[in-house]
Amino acid sequence: MATTAEGFDIHSDDHAHDHADHKPGFFARWFMSTNHKDIGTMYLIFAIIAGIIGGAISGIMRLELAEPGIQYLQWWAQFMGGGNDLNTALHMWNVFITAHGLIMVFFMVMPAMIGGFGNWFVPLMIGAPDMAFPRMNNVSFWLTVAGFFSLLFSLFVPGGSGPGAGTGWTVYAPLSTSGSVGPAVDFAIFSLHLAGAGSILGATNFITTIFNMRAPGMTLHKMPLFVWSVLVTAFLLLLALPVLAAAITMLLTDRNFGTTFFDPAGGGDPVLYQHLFWFFGHPEVYIMILPGFGMISQIVATFSKKPVFGYLGMAYAMVAIGVVGFIVWAHHMYTVGLDVNTKMYFTAATMVIAVPTGVKIFSWIATMWGGSISFKSPMVWSMGFIFLFTVGGVTGVVLANGGIDDNLHDTYYVVAHFHYVLSMGAVFSLFAGFYYWFPKMSGRMHSELLSHLHFWTFFVGVNVIFFPQHFLGMQGMPRRYPDYPEAFTLWHQVSTYGYYIMAGSMIFFFVNIAYALLAGKKAAANPWGEGATTLEWTLPSPPPYHQFETLPVITDAHDYHDHRPVTA
Amino acid sequence: MKKAILGAIVAGLAAFAPMTVAAQDAAAPVNSTATQATGPDAGLVESVTDAATATGGSYTPMAPTEGKGMPTDPRTGEPGAMMKSLTFQDQYSDNGDYALWMHDVILMPVITVISLFVLFLLLYVVVRFNRKASPVASKTTHNTAIEVIWTIVPVIILVIIAVPSITLLARQYETPPADAVTIKATGYQWYWGYTYPDHGDIEVISNMLPEEEALARGEPGQLAVDNRMVVPAGVPLRIQTTATDVIHAFAVPSLWFKMDAVPGRLNEKLLTIKEPGVYYGQCSELCGSRHAYMPIAVEALPPAQFAEWVRSQGGEMPGAEEAAPAEAAPAEQVAALAAR
Repeated sequence: MATTAEGFDIHSDDHAHDHADHKPGFFARWFMSTNHKDIGTMYLIFAIIAGIIGGAISGIMRLELAEPGIQYLQWWAQFMGGGNDLNTALHMWNVFITAHGLIMVFFMVMPAMIGGFGNWFVPLMIGAPDMAFPRMNNVSFWLTVAGFFSLLFSLFVPGGSGPGAGTGWTVYAPLSTSGSVGPAVDFAIFSLHLAGAGSILGATNFITTIFNMRAPGMTLHKMPLFVWSVLVTAFLLLLALPVLAAAITMLLTDRNFGTTFFDPAGGGDPVLYQHLFWFFGHPEVYIMILPGFGMISQIVATFSKKPVFGYLGMAYAMVAIGVVGFIVWAHHMYTVGLDVNTKMYFTAATMVIAVPTGVKIFSWIATMWGGSISFKSPMVWSMGFIFLFTVGGVTGVVLANGGIDDNLHDTYYVVAHFHYVLSMGAVFSLFAGFYYWFPKMSGRMHSELLSHLHFWTFFVGVNVIFFPQHFLGMQGMPRRYPDYPEAFTLWHQVSTYGYYIMAGSMIFFFVNIAYALLAGKKAAANPWGEGATTLEWTLPSPPPYHQFETLPVITDAHDYHDHRPVTA
Repeated sequence: MKKAILGAIVAGLAAFAPMTVAAQDAAAPVNSTATQATGPDAGLVESVTDAATATGGSYTPMAPTEGKGMPTDPRTGEPGAMMKSLTFQDQYSDNGDYALWMHDVILMPVITVISLFVLFLLLYVVVRFNRKASPVASKTTHNTAIEVIWTIVPVIILVIIAVPSITLLARQYETPPADAVTIKATGYQWYWGYTYPDHGDIEVISNMLPEEEALARGEPGQLAVDNRMVVPAGVPLRIQTTATDVIHAFAVPSLWFKMDAVPGRLNEKLLTIKEPGVYYGQCSELCGSRHAYMPIAVEALPPAQFAEWVRSQGGEMPGAEEAAPAEAAPAEQVAALAAR
């Protein structure tokens, strides 16, 4: 009890010492945190742990798919406490695809991007001492953790033919209602409720912070693009997540309280669920990638020693992507039986998104054009991002055509497409951001050699995993299959070899972190040189526990994207 | 005989009643007993001729053609197999031809050129604007002309893509003519049922063949089924899909055809298969544990042979009621009634 009492004492402590770097005791600091940097750190550590679990699950899946037939699923079924029969083994497959999708989306990419880097750098970049609602910030984080535990718990309770929820991350009714008996799906749904509530609170926090706590002189049009990206993302979260919450609440009542929202026997419609889910689900994919866009903009400008090209176009391209992202959702549902006009509309609207996305790609290249580029680790990851995101983007243009999608829908072509934009788009931007800001966050320099090795092996690995999946998809290999006809064997094998390369490359990442924390050189306030112009580089590395007690002043003399306060 | 009639009735009821899990499990075996007793089982090739004489139709399952209507294995070492495994299956429907043309002639070149263009720009930047080659960074941050260009040019490219794309959609949604052959595909956990309402309500229950049996018959494993969906080639087909338990999807890659089977809905689409053949597909919407094990096999026959098949199943061609064969066994008629 004594510790807790001390913990509650932090405020009087602060006043007594009036010291920017005074930190509360361990429990108060990490479990009752109100400090955006600590919460950001916890989000990042959480995302790394979730990423290891989600990545390990994809390893189980790639191992199983290396050969036709069912090799390992029976073992996993027994390991997870299920029966020894084939049905349970096959159910385990569905549990793995579900867990992999939900973990990577809700507990890896989102917490890392918005919770981790957003928390850490939005206040720093706008010259604010902290987030607008520090206590709510803490609630957001712990709701996300609770959601993760709810999802993990679902793996150990019955979910139909075996333990765990085997519905896919989309949780389509009626497979998720009458098709899955047992509490596993309820826990998975509840997990989304918790994570969603955390994200909605986080979104309101970011919007309030960005609108009200910018340093004097920092107008919206002087904000760094990363802050713009988080602002747009926060609006997407705020508008999309309540729709998801409604849809999955209806799933819960259909499952447990006899309602028939999605059951045709009671006048409901399974396709209604899909409309609701994808009204959330499509903005969700931009939620996952927009903060990455923001980070890439910062990094490309920094290492080209040039301000971002077409700053306003870049900012409003993100706004446009956010707006259009809300009116294209049914392109995920081309085969449910939409009428022809609906399908034509969604085809056209979906292709429109390629325009602002193209503006971003070309503006990044134009930012580098004429620059003096140093290829530090964040920069190579960013360049990898730009190329691989383009590849994933153009296959998106193929899929946008409703008539073409009739063949590709729910095949490995789609799997390849969304892994190119997420596993190579979002994840590459996460690594770029990590290497960019790691010295700032930790005060230690990582090894450039290990970072570059990590990049090249990872680059080769993910391409070997996902490029052959285009071939599989065009040949007709459906997604979410644990087994396949002989003809698909070769490209599945190649894909699995790619996984080994990718998994091996992660060793460089973890060794690099360990090396930096244990033996890394001390990082200067600005280790990246004259190109790094945003406010976080004006603070020491790591920044003091409380920064900007005197607010920095941004003057009119500043160019777009040059946000250093005048030092005079 | 009594047992067979009972079986047929149970099967008929099971096919129409909203299915519980138990009923589905019962339905498949019962139905196959019924067909075995009353008509030829498509699986039992050797018995076909005997049974056919009794029912007035003859049918021998067609042998599939390697590389047609199925994925291509790049490991066979046959010339072209590797290249074939990298792209779409050959198409055997008019809309499939058009879609494949659009992909190969418009989409693929466009996306390849864009990807290579971006790659080229990145490599150029690496060579030309690295720190050594370009020690002093320019301060250019705006160029309205180029920003307008890279907004307008993608718009033009997308419009060029949109024209065939919208055309393709319009073709795919053409209303089937009144005399189109209707086949209703119903998804069950985890098999397909095909009913032919214009042909005396024949119902075909289609389960995946075990791998060894498929290979023994010269068919690809995990794609072959015991009873195929038999259709006439070169004739407009009205394909309808629905489901009784969860959502399934009826998909045949070589026909460029995929349509979800949604409980409570009846989806409908026109399909014309250009030539006879066996075309394989797989369920394409996650439907539970055996999702991977409910393949689709479409066998397109010349119309005359299709009529034979219909008679072999105890059905009748539309407009042929008056000329219905009088020699049909009584059990046959009862089974047909029960199935109705």
